[in-house]
Amino acid sequence: MLRYVLRRLAWAIPTLIFVTFLVYIALRIGTDPVASYKRINPRASKAKIAQYIEVNGLDPNFVRGYFRWLGNFVTLDWPRSIKGSREVWPQLKDALANTIRLGVAASSVGIVIGLGLGVFAALRPGGRRDVAVNTAAFVGISIPPYVSAILFQLLFAVYWSRWFGSTLFPTSGVYPPGQLGFDLGLMLKHMVLPTFVVAIQIIAVYSRYMRSSLLDVLNSEYMRTARSKGISEARVLFRHGLRNALIPVVTIAALDVGAIVGGLIITENVFSYPGMGKYFLSAFGEGDFPLLMPWMVIIVASTLFFNLLADISYAWLDPRIRLA
Amino acid sequence: MAYDRFVSHRAAVVSVFIMATLVIFVALSPFTARYGVNESVQAPPNYFLSPRANAWLGTDDIGRDLYSRLIYGVRVSLIIGIFSGLISVAIGCLIGSVAGFRGGRFDDVVMRVTDLFLAFPFLVTLLVMRNMIGGISWLKPVTGELNSVRFIIVLFAIFGWMGVARIVRGQVLALKEREFIEAARAVGASRWYIVRRHLLPNSIGPIMVALTFSVVSAIISESTLAFFGYGPQAGDGATSLGILVGQAKGAVNTGFWHLALFPCLTLVVIALCINFIGDALRDATDPRLQRDA
Repeated sequence: MLRYVLRRLAWAIPTLIFVTFLVYIALRIGTDPVASYKRINPRASKAKIAQYIEVNGLDPNFVRGYFRWLGNFVTLDWPRSIKGSREVWPQLKDALANTIRLGVAASSVGIVIGLGLGVFAALRPGGRRDVAVNTAAFVGISIPPYVSAILFQLLFAVYWSRWFGSTLFPTSGVYPPGQLGFDLGLMLKHMVLPTFVVAIQIIAVYSRYMRSSLLDVLNSEYMRTARSKGISEARVLFRHGLRNALIPVVTIAALDVGAIVGGLIITENVFSYPGMGKYFLSAFGEGDFPLLMPWMVIIVASTLFFNLLADISYAWLDPRIRLA
Repeated sequence: MAYDRFVSHRAAVVSVFIMATLVIFVALSPFTARYGVNESVQAPPNYFLSPRANAWLGTDDIGRDLYSRLIYGVRVSLIIGIFSGLISVAIGCLIGSVAGFRGGRFDDVVMRVTDLFLAFPFLVTLLVMRNMIGGISWLKPVTGELNSVRFIIVLFAIFGWMGVARIVRGQVLALKEREFIEAARAVGASRWYIVRRHLLPNSIGPIMVALTFSVVSAIISESTLAFFGYGPQAGDGATSLGILVGQAKGAVNTGFWHLALFPCLTLVVIALCINFIGDALRDATDPRLQRDA
C-alpha cells in the first residue's frame, strides 16, 4: 500500500510540471502577457518592459521561458501584478481562504443532504419517494449555478425586502461595505445563499450516485447471505449495505472536486464573493499573467491531489483493488 | 421493445412534446415571433415594461419584446447545441472506437488527455482554450471570428468529443471480446469493417445518450460563456439564450422579475427536457435492463 502511494506521488510531480507547462503555453498564446502589460501600463519605459519579460519568463522560446518562470516560482520570487504592481501572494491567500470556506460549507451541506436523499430513495426503489428524489435531482442537475443564483437573489433579497421590509440574506461580498474586522455572524449570513447555490448541484449529483450505488449493493449476494444469517435489518443495512455502497461514492467525490470548483467560480462571481473565482475572472479579463500563473498552479495541484486521493481511497477501501 | 420502454418513461414523453413544440416555434419564427429582433414594441417610454397585451413577457432595457427575443435566442442556442453535439459525437465515435479497438499507446495517450481535461474546472479550460484558439492565426479560416457562433461551435466540438470518446471506448472494450466479433475476424473482415458494421451499430444506445448530453452541455456552456461576457456577440442585435440570461443579472437588483425569470426558466426547461430524454434513452437501450424486462 505504502509503495503504491509513493509511486503515485512520484508521478504527480512530473505531471504537475508538464500540465503547468501546457497552461503556460495556453496563457501565453491566449492572453499575450506582454501586450496586456503595455495596454495597462501605456507609459512604461523600455527597461520596465524588459524587466517584466525577464521576471515572468516571457522568453520568445517557450521552453526556456517556462523554466525561467519555474525557477522564479519555486524560489518564491514571484513577480508583481501588472495592474497596480501589487504583490500576488496576499491576494491569492485571501481568495483561497474565502473559497475553501465556501467550498467546505457547500460540500458538507451538499454531501450530507445528497447522501441522505440517496439512501432515502434507494430503500424503496420505484416508490413515490424514489420518483420524487429522482425528479428533484434531475431538476437540480439541469439548473446552472448562475440561474439559481439569480433566482435566489431575486427572491431572498429584492422581493423579500419588498414584501417584508428587509432583506433576508445579503447578496454580495463577505461583509457589508465598510465593515472592518472579524464578525462570524455576518460572515455566515453572507455565505448562506452562495453555499446553497453550490450545494444544489452537489445534492443532485450525490443523491443519484448514492441511490444507484446502494441499489447495486442491496441486490448483491452477500446481502442475502447477511440476512439469512439472521442479523437485524438495521445492522444489515448499516454494516453491510452502506459501508460497501460508500466505496464508489468516495471515489467519485474526490474526482468531482473539479466540478465543484467550477460551480464555485460561477457562484462567487454572481455574488461578488472575493474568492478564487472572482480572482481568476478579473485577472483573466485583464490578461494579468503574474496573477494567473500561481492561480493555475494551485488549481492544477489540487486537481492532481484529489485524483490521487480518489485512487488511494479506492485502493484502501476495496481490498480487491489492492491485491490485484 | 426499446420503444416501449422509452414510452413508459413518462417524463421523457412529456419532454419530447415540449421540445417538439419548442422546435416548431423556433423553426417558424417569422410567424411565431411578434416583433423583429431589434424592434421595439411601442414608442418610448417602452423600457422595462412588465408583461402586458402587446408584450406578453414584458420588454427589456431598450423596449424590445422579450417573448420574440426568446424565440430568436433559443434558435441560436439550439443551433449551437445540435451542431456542436453532432460534431463532438462524430469525432468522439471515431477516436473512442479506434482507441478501444486498437488499445496500446494511442489508447493510453487519448485517455490520459481526456482525464486531464475532464478533471479540470470546465469554465477555466473553456476560457483559456477559447483565447488560445482565438490567438492562433492559421486556425482563423476554420474557426471564424472569436465572437461568432461558428467559433463557439468549433470550441465546443473540440471539448465535447472527449466525454463521447470515453463512453464509446468503454462500449467497444466490452464488445470486442464477444463471439460475433471473433467470428467476423475469423472470416477475414478488416478492422475498419468490424468497427463500422459491428462495433458502432451495437453501441448506438450509449452513443444516442452521449449525443443528448453533449447537446445539453453545449447549450449550458454557451449560456455560461455568454453570462460572463465571452459568448457569441450580439452583433446586429442578434441574441442567444446566454445573452438573455446574462441580461437577467443586471435586472435582479432593480427588481424586473420578468427579465430574470423567463430566460432562466427557458434555459432550465430545455436542459431538463433533454436530460430526461437522455435518461429514457439510456433506460431503453441498456442491455442490462433488457434481461429484467
